[in-house]
Amino acid sequence: MTETNALSGRSWRSTALYAVLVLLVVFYLLPLWTGLVTSIKADVLATAPFLPPAPAGFTSVHWTRAVNALAGGLVNSLILAIPATILSALLGSMAAYGLTTLDWRYQVPILMLFIAGIFIPYQAVLIPLSKFWASVVPVSDLVGYVGLAGWVGDLVGLILSHVAYGIPICTLLFRTYYKDFNEEMIEAARLDGATTHTIYRRIILPLSVPMFAVTLIYQFTQVWNDLLFALVLVGPGAGAPVTVPLSQLGASLSEVGFGIRMAGAFVAALPTIIVYVLFGDQFAEGVST
Amino acid sequence: MRGKLAAYLGRLVRRNRVRADGGEVNANATRDGFVSDEFTASLPYWLPPFVVMGLAVYGAILWNFFLSLTDTSGFQTPNYANLDFEMYAKAFADPVFIGALRNTFALLVAFTVLCLVVGLVVAVLVDQGIRYENTFRTIYLLPMALSFVVTAQFWLWMYNQQNGLVNIILGVVGLGPYEWIGNPSLVLGAVVFALIWQFSGYAMVVYLAGLRAIPTEQFEAARVDGATTLRMYWRVILPQLKGATISASVVLMVFALKAFDFLYSLTGSYYPPKGSDILATMMVRQAFVANNRAYAAAIGIMLFALALVIVAPYLLYQYRAGEL
Repeated sequence: MTETNALSGRSWRSTALYAVLVLLVVFYLLPLWTGLVTSIKADVLATAPFLPPAPAGFTSVHWTRAVNALAGGLVNSLILAIPATILSALLGSMAAYGLTTLDWRYQVPILMLFIAGIFIPYQAVLIPLSKFWASVVPVSDLVGYVGLAGWVGDLVGLILSHVAYGIPICTLLFRTYYKDFNEEMIEAARLDGATTHTIYRRIILPLSVPMFAVTLIYQFTQVWNDLLFALVLVGPGAGAPVTVPLSQLGASLSEVGFGIRMAGAFVAALPTIIVYVLFGDQFAEGVST
Repeated sequence: MRGKLAAYLGRLVRRNRVRADGGEVNANATRDGFVSDEFTASLPYWLPPFVVMGLAVYGAILWNFFLSLTDTSGFQTPNYANLDFEMYAKAFADPVFIGALRNTFALLVAFTVLCLVVGLVVAVLVDQGIRYENTFRTIYLLPMALSFVVTAQFWLWMYNQQNGLVNIILGVVGLGPYEWIGNPSLVLGAVVFALIWQFSGYAMVVYLAGLRAIPTEQFEAARVDGATTLRMYWRVILPQLKGATISASVVLMVFALKAFDFLYSLTGSYYPPKGSDILATMMVRQAFVANNRAYAAAIGIMLFALALVIVAPYLLYQYRAGEL
């Protein structure tokens, strides 16, 4: 008797647990779901915002318009995010190797300077940064000498800025990984006469592949999602990454504009959503380190 | 250019080291000297990134600090001969600054605390040995992978006064409709709620890692002692999540300081909704719309000081605990 009571108590408890978990799923997905159904409604006010349109009220026009408005931005964002991500990951791995696997005094204070760099509010460096690319190294003028438009130069400046400010977090990610490496293995390679460079190329880099996955995914998402740097260093125009036109999309259209706004939000977020769905575990590892 | 120079120096140093490699066995003997073999060998790896990062972060902050001591505005070139703290005094006499400062603190505290609470509760639920744990976790963390610009678009629609889902849901229990974004006394709360939606998944992931690090015996021991589940979590588990709480709250607070992207996207302009102006938005507006560069630089430095107050004790704590 008591056993069945305990059992039913347990199953009641587990039912409640799953009910709460499913409610949380609804909570986290509701804004996305509402956005999705709104983006395919001819009249966004025809049905309640969380209900899909009636078959007759379906349209793909918001998506077509959003893709047209954001296509250039998507291309720019790819040109921006891919090299910026790869470069900062590489530099982060190098820095972490020199500050972790190679062992010397005073490396921890240097490391602290790297890590503190993660938490810098960009507002504290924004004016010098824009001045730097405008007058110290005027990239948008420099690219003119090789016949490229000024916005290409702006984009190059933006890429290098993201690389520089991405180094601290990439260094930390690789540092935590390299810290757990087996020292005997590296010592053995050293006794065999391997140079520091050989150890990095032949041992550390191949073993870093999982951490490169984590870092690349994290950093790609960060660079892709950024608005502030894009706004200040490139601004609206031919070189603007996708977040810039998205922040203006449909703003002048009030309620009617929400169809294109929601479609645009999905278009701009699609690369990060795809990366997240494919590599969710690596993303989770990146954020929790 | 300096990065190139550093890379060149690095190559030079490495070449020397290769030549010295014959005496590799002595590496440990020189270990305690200031310039050990390991040190010279390490230079080409960490020095180039360090120079790039150092100039971009610390060089720029220093430049910004000096700029904040001038009184540059409009299209003047800054006069670095005449330095004073006038802009800081101006800030504390400026009601717009005081308002933004108050909003920054309110956002910081409310967002961080609530995010931690929600994250902890969700983490404890996910930690109950549930099925499909991975799927649940992935869904809860999904909003964090999205750009502030994207989530701002979604929440603008959710908060729409006439047709938004939030007011429809509240209408079922007879409340509202409220003007979430347009009402200066509601907008900050609405922003905090949206940000909690976006980042509580992050707090959950950090807490989950913390929970997994606690040995199972402790859960069992507490249960044998007859502690109820709630008391066990409060007395036994929570104190052990101190490390997770500290690191999650530092990251969340810094996120809150950076909420510029979200607020900008709510209006698509440098003027965020009335009642939600924070230091991050005010600084960018002063710098690139009003063109008061020295004033903006001073606000930037104060934001940096705020971040430093949060981060420095954390780094020290990590250092002492041997976590770095």
